[in-house]
Amino acid sequence: MINLTIDGRPVSVPKGTTVLDAAASIGINIPALCHIDLKGTCVHNAPASCRICVVEIEGRRNLAPSCATQCMEGMVVKTNSARVVRARKTVAELILSDHPNDCLTCPKCNDCELQKLVTRFNIREMPYKGEQSSRKKEQTVAITRNMDKCILCRRCESVCNNVQTVGVLGAVRRGFDTTIAPTFDRMFTETDCTYCGQCVAVCPTGALTERDNTDRLLEDLCNPDKVVVAQPAPAVRVALGEEFGMEPGTIVTGKLATALRYLGFDHVFDTDFGADLTIMEEGAEILKRLKAYLAGDKNVKLPIMTSCCPAWVNFYEHNFPDLLEYPSSAKSPAQMFGAIAKTYWAQKMGIPREKLVVVSIMPCLAKKYECERDEFKVEGNPDVDYSISTRELARLIKRSNIDFKSLPDTDFDTPMGESSGAAAIFGATGGVMEAALRTVYEVFTGRTLPRIEFNDVRGLEGIKEATIDIDGFPLKVCVAHTLGNARLLMDRLREGKLDYHVVEVMACPGGCVGGAGQPYHHGNVEILKARTRAIYREDEGKPIRKSHENPDIQKLYKDFLGEPLGERSEKLLHTHYFDKSIK
Amino acid sequence: MSEMKLSCEAKRQVEEICEKFHNDPGELISILHGCQNALGYLPESVQRIIAEHLGIPAQKVYGVVTFYSFFSMTPKGKVPISVCLGTACYVRGGDKVLEEFKRVLGIEVGETTPDGKFSLDCLRCVGACGLAPVATVGDKVYGRLNPSDIRRIITEYDD
Repeated sequence: MINLTIDGRPVSVPKGTTVLDAAASIGINIPALCHIDLKGTCVHNAPASCRICVVEIEGRRNLAPSCATQCMEGMVVKTNSARVVRARKTVAELILSDHPNDCLTCPKCNDCELQKLVTRFNIREMPYKGEQSSRKKEQTVAITRNMDKCILCRRCESVCNNVQTVGVLGAVRRGFDTTIAPTFDRMFTETDCTYCGQCVAVCPTGALTERDNTDRLLEDLCNPDKVVVAQPAPAVRVALGEEFGMEPGTIVTGKLATALRYLGFDHVFDTDFGADLTIMEEGAEILKRLKAYLAGDKNVKLPIMTSCCPAWVNFYEHNFPDLLEYPSSAKSPAQMFGAIAKTYWAQKMGIPREKLVVVSIMPCLAKKYECERDEFKVEGNPDVDYSISTRELARLIKRSNIDFKSLPDTDFDTPMGESSGAAAIFGATGGVMEAALRTVYEVFTGRTLPRIEFNDVRGLEGIKEATIDIDGFPLKVCVAHTLGNARLLMDRLREGKLDYHVVEVMACPGGCVGGAGQPYHHGNVEILKARTRAIYREDEGKPIRKSHENPDIQKLYKDFLGEPLGERSEKLLHTHYFDKSIK
Repeated sequence: MSEMKLSCEAKRQVEEICEKFHNDPGELISILHGCQNALGYLPESVQRIIAEHLGIPAQKVYGVVTFYSFFSMTPKGKVPISVCLGTACYVRGGDKVLEEFKRVLGIEVGETTPDGKFSLDCLRCVGACGLAPVATVGDKVYGRLNPSDIRRIITEYDD
């Protein structure tokens, strides 16, 4: 252990601890801006470029960036001396000198880390005036880029390159002209961007934000000619409460359903229904490939990979076009929901397709892109019309004068509101795998699972492995989250060295609980952990915990779909992939 | 910026240069130097080939190319001209020398004359401050320049 003194208080920390972390361990919160460290995941950025976190270290001439300075034995640190406080304020003022400072109308207002520092440092005027950068703006279907608000913290560059290995965002040019830009200063749409949105999730300012669909949704909700249907994803109900001051990990499923009704949705269903449907189809596909493999078929593509995560789909279409036969052909739960809503349910209700608006509420930004895919449209009409994020829903609730915290709980509508605990856990890394195992085991063996939880596939570890005994057959599974970890697996697959039967991939750290559409975590991994625990509590609280036991799913197959992987299922619930590599 | 189709010969040259440096990402700057010397500039297509061979994102290559003023994404003229605007040259009239080059050639900084003969750039210090103001034309260094010298220098390069 290393012993040092911070602001006159003694502290002991393990070797390698930064001054910033040592201070935090005794309740001294040194302000930081470029630094982010989502502990236990690979999301980490400490370039020491912003100099907001500087501290005074006895015996050193210059102030030191605490995020990148390791503790040394006997160190005496001051985090709040007059010199430090002045320097920090000046640094912030210099950042403001090249910032639009249009906080009133900024999409990041009240969530902006720079804005918070300005308040905290008691900055009441702008002492430095100078030339203002004029950088590119871009609005894609998923991400909005306004680089005039960029403070060059490099967080987005870190996640895009080191965490996701997408390699689209990075610094170009130098000096005052420096900007963070996609490859060759192109638009995101012309690059390998997967729209995972993790750049948005970590951006401290309003430079990178989501494409806002709330005005469009309000128009539809007010339109008497439209029937508007909601489907919220599993991870939304364990995070939405944070936007209203509730503790991270509060489950607000009942309030969510009520809020959606009060907003004016005509029918409030649940993407969890789509998740159960996904398990039926993907589970059947797993079994089909396994049986072929066990029968000695040498050409069967194993491992089969999950295909729920739209950023992961974009990632393999762009980077691994030679391996497109490995992922499951099953659509994502949201798209399965849309396909069923606009066929089976619409027919049953007698609603013409063009009148029906299906809106997904997602923890995700890549879902916005997914809605736009041509293969998910019928004569130009999308199965899911558009998607809004958890944050956008919170804004809409506030705008509609709804006091969220005092809302009563209600249930989702039937028939597409009923779901199992297996669907609930889709929102955490390992959840889709566990849900699939619950069904695959029982269908394969014909016996009830002795223990429903698969703890080996839970948790924040980047790549998790497990071997499940299924009637003597050792089923080898693997779960990865973040696209960087996925790339490690795909590189091994390309070399023929990926020895698993089933692989789950989620693009965001922690899975959908850490999605780019969720309330901002501001680098606090405890928030992601609390959401994950809530996901598993939600599962435990469900009377039905296996997808194939969901009675409304059983009815859907009986009345409409027939069998999993049957003709109608293949047509409505499965998709195909495209080579999108940039030549 | 017009992107020309890269000839097979140019593609082969780029690949050879990458291989000479064992496709080592740590040698990116040396490889870019080699390619710019061989081709006169570093268009997008060249940067993509380099990225592929080195196993790094094209964005990284582009970041380095735009960081260093030595690298260019537009074709250079047969006779590249660089006017020094370092401190010493600037205070001795480097800016006026640059203006005269622009006037005589009819192009802006970063551009190439339509006949492809001259391209004009400015840089910060060539290490010949004693000769300020300085410009390099082709491989030659011209010192103690006066705007009135420029037209004569250009005619030296008449075919």
